[in-house]
Amino acid sequence: MDARAKPWAKPWHDEGGCFSDFDSVSRQRQGVLSVTNEVWITGGGMVSALGDGEEAQWQGLARAAAGELAIDSRSFPPFHIFPIRDFDLDRHIPRKGDQRAMGPLMHYGVAAAGLALAEAGIAGDAALLGRTHLIAAVGPGERDEAVDEQIMTLMMGESAGAALLNEQLSNNLRPTLFLAQLPNLFAANVAIVHGLVGASRTFMGEESAGIDAARVAFERLAAGQGELFLVGGALNASRRDMPSIYHCGGLLLTGPVGALWDRPKAGICFGSVGAFLVMETRAHAERRGARPLARLTALSAGRCRRLPGAAAASADRQWRALQLAPGPLAVISGACGSGPITREEHDFLAGLATDGMTVAARGTAAAIGHSMEASFLANLFLAISCLRRRCLFAPLAASEALERRLDDGTVDRVLVTGWGHQRGEGLACLEAAA
Amino acid sequence: MTGRQSRSRAVAVTGIGIVTSLGAGREENWRQLAAGRSGIRRIARFDTAGLRTTIGGCVDGLGLESPSAAPFISLAMARAVAAEAIGQAGIGEPGRFPGGLFVAAPPLEHEWPQRMRLAERAPGDRSRRTYADLFTAAGQDSGDLHYDFCNGMIADRLADELGTEGSPITANTACASGATAIQLGVESIRRGATAALAVGTDGSLQVEALIRFSLLAALSTANAVPEQAAKPFAKNRDGFVMAEGAAALVLEDAESATARGAEIIGYVLGCGEAADNFHRTRSNPSGDSIVQSMERAIADAGLAPADIAYINAHGTGTPENDKMEALGVHRLFGQHAERLAISANKSMIGHTLTAAGAVEASFTLLALRDGLLPPTINHVLADPAIGLDVVPNQARRAAAEFALSNSFGFGGQNASLVFGATPGG
Repeated sequence: MDARAKPWAKPWHDEGGCFSDFDSVSRQRQGVLSVTNEVWITGGGMVSALGDGEEAQWQGLARAAAGELAIDSRSFPPFHIFPIRDFDLDRHIPRKGDQRAMGPLMHYGVAAAGLALAEAGIAGDAALLGRTHLIAAVGPGERDEAVDEQIMTLMMGESAGAALLNEQLSNNLRPTLFLAQLPNLFAANVAIVHGLVGASRTFMGEESAGIDAARVAFERLAAGQGELFLVGGALNASRRDMPSIYHCGGLLLTGPVGALWDRPKAGICFGSVGAFLVMETRAHAERRGARPLARLTALSAGRCRRLPGAAAASADRQWRALQLAPGPLAVISGACGSGPITREEHDFLAGLATDGMTVAARGTAAAIGHSMEASFLANLFLAISCLRRRCLFAPLAASEALERRLDDGTVDRVLVTGWGHQRGEGLACLEAAA
Repeated sequence: MTGRQSRSRAVAVTGIGIVTSLGAGREENWRQLAAGRSGIRRIARFDTAGLRTTIGGCVDGLGLESPSAAPFISLAMARAVAAEAIGQAGIGEPGRFPGGLFVAAPPLEHEWPQRMRLAERAPGDRSRRTYADLFTAAGQDSGDLHYDFCNGMIADRLADELGTEGSPITANTACASGATAIQLGVESIRRGATAALAVGTDGSLQVEALIRFSLLAALSTANAVPEQAAKPFAKNRDGFVMAEGAAALVLEDAESATARGAEIIGYVLGCGEAADNFHRTRSNPSGDSIVQSMERAIADAGLAPADIAYINAHGTGTPENDKMEALGVHRLFGQHAERLAISANKSMIGHTLTAAGAVEASFTLLALRDGLLPPTINHVLADPAIGLDVVPNQARRAAAEFALSNSFGFGGQNASLVFGATPGG
């Protein structure tokens, strides 16, 4: 069915501002390429405030459900962050030269990429690595905060001026730090450390970058434009140069940490994350004897002007296109914690519970923080963890009806949402491997 | 229309917008480029006291308040080139572009004026400033310092204003970004989209960026005569010249463009890319990744190396790049390398960084359209190690059917595009 023919698709200019979304969810695409390959996830890697690797994430979610939150409210006042936990740099990136060429942001990504490649059985296989397309979603790497503070201080003084700024920057910036800051070096570092020589692209743009990285890989796999993808992102929450921008926008939580679904507009807490997935066509996986962790059956990126209710309407069109049968429905939500949009998503998800659909959501930012570009990818990873075990982890928000329990063994499909703090509504559907 | 597989169908280009240090507008830029003019000047935008490199290709005159910042300069240029391209294509309606948006843009962040604005506003001991002080100031009435400095801002605003479809993508593969944006657009059309808008923009010529490139010894220091500093393929080349610019291309499925009677400027026939994981800033000495990038693009176009008549080089003017690019050309093209022409736009417009792949793709299409190869200027001392016809100093009439454009990114992301005056194949 042609996505453009769907009756509920409204053009952009209508009141409420929903896009007619040609990217809309598809199990079947019409177009020049009428191929629709089945897409499998065959490997995943994640590091976060819950720890290193898949088992650590699962155990960490249990701790969070029990009220033990991995929050650090002391190190980066006035903000709360979820710092990385148990991260063994030497294990993930053995060569010192590689370690020094990047900052923590890229360390987390390179580590997660390595875990994903290892699980997929691609690590060390030159032939496969040579054909792996890499799509990364990331922001800029860490600035030198000490140099910034020194310059700021001097520029407040009487000798402040262009000549002083020029001299300070020229003398105090470490030349190679630039390489740790350029977002595209994130993908380059993954390629260098892990031996990838296929195509490599980096997407920027906050939450949408991660959603679109996964979406483009999904669409290309489905359409036969590539058989094997490594998709991922990272965020380092333990830094001071990034929060200024969002704090200027009144988005970061500085008061007491309340329940994710009940926070004010200033409700975001950043969380350090590295998350990568290996995605490939079923045919390619079967040819090389790789087993699926999950089937990715739908992935769409909606967008609208964020008038009240518009995001919910955008997500509703994506939801209807899925045409899921009634039954238990786990939802891993990327709700960021900024009140108005988080509340709108909450109410939207609650509203899906009709006609036999049992919706059980988890707002994972309560356990791992909000990781911007990496957020959607991290939640895809956690959704896969649920499918591996056929169960949904315990509620993270104790008294929240939306975070109801599902019986163990009943979870064979999981939705992942990614509503950006500013723009964009992502939706993915993952189903259990047969 | 073509006998090739659907996955490699030709894509028509029906609109092109260009802004560089040579001027504003597609034809104005092309005229200046063909005439061998340079847009490189002494930087007047900020004080270059004490800096090793004091020249660049600034794009001013955008009507922005001064001092401006990368987000605003990049956005202003992107708006201008998108409007020009869409206006030419005559596709869709104002505010409703019937396709996706793919933007190559530089990473955005607070720059020194924004940082100091926050620092100055913060209360407390003014003899010392820390990030904590910035946070205090940020929390008070600084709303205009949020959204405009988010990385997705440019694509987001363009998507709103132009009414493009779906989620806009902001891609960055360093110097290959502009080519990546085109490639993403082409892929979306081959998957079934009717059209796509590919935009490359880079307005990041501010002091810290200039110094950072300078610290990597990547920039020319031949400040005395700015127009002569960028010397791709010359024996005395000494680095690239940082510049600003933007280009937009309206891409359409070739059959639909023909069916609606669009004026087609040229065709994107093939895209190729390869990651070089040898080193973060240096190419693999074998040239493998460069060869693969070109080879894949040519194969995707359904052509053979001998079909390529002209290469729009990445040609930055660094000792390393030009040597490696020439090596790669010789390896891939063999004897045919003696017959093809290769010229470097960067000799005139400088290195427009994230925009380069899109700006230079545009010039490649115009070269094919007019049968006119733009020169590599400042070619006074030939480098015998290059051994290629670089179209030295003067443009040359030469009807060519197929051309290749290279963009090799810092960090080893290499991309090549094949263009045709006809759908070819």
